[in-house]
Amino acid sequence: MIKLENVHKAFGSNQVLRGMTLEVPKGTSMVIIGGSGTGKSVALKCVLGLIKPDSGSILVDGKPADAGDRDAFLARFGMLFQGGALFDSLPVWQNVAFRLMRGTLKRPAEEAREIAIEKLRRVGLKADVADRLPAELSGGMQKRVGLARAIAAEPEIIFFDEPTTGLDPIMAGVINDLIREIVVEMGATAMTITHDMTSVRAIADNIAMLHDGVIKWTGPVAQMDNSGDPYLDQFIHGRAEGPIEAVR
Amino acid sequence: MNPLALLARIGRLALDMLSAIGRVALFALSTLSYMIRPPFYGRETLTALLHVGWLSLPVVGLTAIFTGGALALQIYAGGARFNAEAVVPQIVAIGMVRELGPVLVGLMIAARVTSSIAAEIATMKVTEQIDALVTLSTNPMQYLVAPRVLAAFLTVPLLVGIGDIIGIAGGYAVAVHNLDFNAAAYLKNTVDFLEPLDVISSLVKGAAFGTIAALMGCYYGMQSGRGAQGVGRATKGSVEAAAILILAANFLLTGVFFSV
Repeated sequence: MIKLENVHKAFGSNQVLRGMTLEVPKGTSMVIIGGSGTGKSVALKCVLGLIKPDSGSILVDGKPADAGDRDAFLARFGMLFQGGALFDSLPVWQNVAFRLMRGTLKRPAEEAREIAIEKLRRVGLKADVADRLPAELSGGMQKRVGLARAIAAEPEIIFFDEPTTGLDPIMAGVINDLIREIVVEMGATAMTITHDMTSVRAIADNIAMLHDGVIKWTGPVAQMDNSGDPYLDQFIHGRAEGPIEAVR
Repeated sequence: MNPLALLARIGRLALDMLSAIGRVALFALSTLSYMIRPPFYGRETLTALLHVGWLSLPVVGLTAIFTGGALALQIYAGGARFNAEAVVPQIVAIGMVRELGPVLVGLMIAARVTSSIAAEIATMKVTEQIDALVTLSTNPMQYLVAPRVLAAFLTVPLLVGIGDIIGIAGGYAVAVHNLDFNAAAYLKNTVDFLEPLDVISSLVKGAAFGTIAALMGCYYGMQSGRGAQGVGRATKGSVEAAAILILAANFLLTGVFFSV
């Protein structure tokens, strides 16, 4: 289980998280929604230790996220970044197998390559993509390679940062289905941040609405349409009128 | 302006400068610590050796040969004012080996390598590749910074040595073909005049300048702001800082090696 308790984070005078509290039960898929600049990515990066929160606690399976062996902690995670964040100097298969070629999970290059190709197949890419460079791939293919990298070491927890941003609706649907299948198949705990309501309905078990640095509403995706929360209602229906100011 | 406000502004500037020096010093110490402890990334180091060393050879060679040739012409013309044209081989040798070789190679490396490292790392930061490295249990300081700095520390002295030789060769070619110097006498004068300390100082300067050039590229890249403007600022800042620090280090090292 991932638990954020009263997490605060400011960048200079910009207070991004103002006491965010959220629980993600083990083996479930939590989707955090909210407007741009509300701190969704910051929250994910705080859990991973990429950003240090100013105050509050973050626990993963009851243990503080910033304590203990950092490598062992990170080895439990996989992350799909918004833009893919593929290493442009490395061919696709080395991107996917990056974690398998270094550190505690290191294995022979041939074996790492085989696993990479298998993971590429899992996300619907052919083996001939393996030797191409990321710059030679389309946006949708890059997302899939990023997804293959996120699952390559079979992590217990997977984060997806706006997985469908910039993709056409068909490719977005493919990615959503892949995410759902993979999370169910691996039994992983997933945290996704997105603006895309189609993704929310496809991926989520539970959702959390983040606004102004705090969680305004959280609950099962099935209750989302009848939540009675004015912030969530305005967001899911894309209305300009409501408690969320359209001009921020 | 209110004198107190002026004083406060000067104080703030001084504090900012000291804080920047402190950050760079900590970055350098951290880099050093990652260079000497495992894991070592052999492939990344080899790639950096290729980029910093081998691929810089044409730029270094061309810079050195033109500089050596121009130096010979200048010394000949200047020496002619007091009948000292014969000192061309000696002054070309000492000028190239002690000063122009290391400084010009250092500045060319700052232009070519520092900018490239800063732009590459800054782009990686902007596109979240640095964050991706961390989530893949790889320390960016160890994976990106240490190999580049180590490669520059090892290869720039070699580039300086090669630049010195090519520069002297440029002076030789101009002196022998244009200024009617005797080829054998030119070479003998060059070899006789140079001392081991001249060559040692040249190579030490090369190691120092290479380290500065790579460190500044990595530091500014890692500190880059967001977007294309952030990458541009990081690249510009890295080259400016590297060039100034190389010239300052040259002055200090020249004092250390040759102060009377």
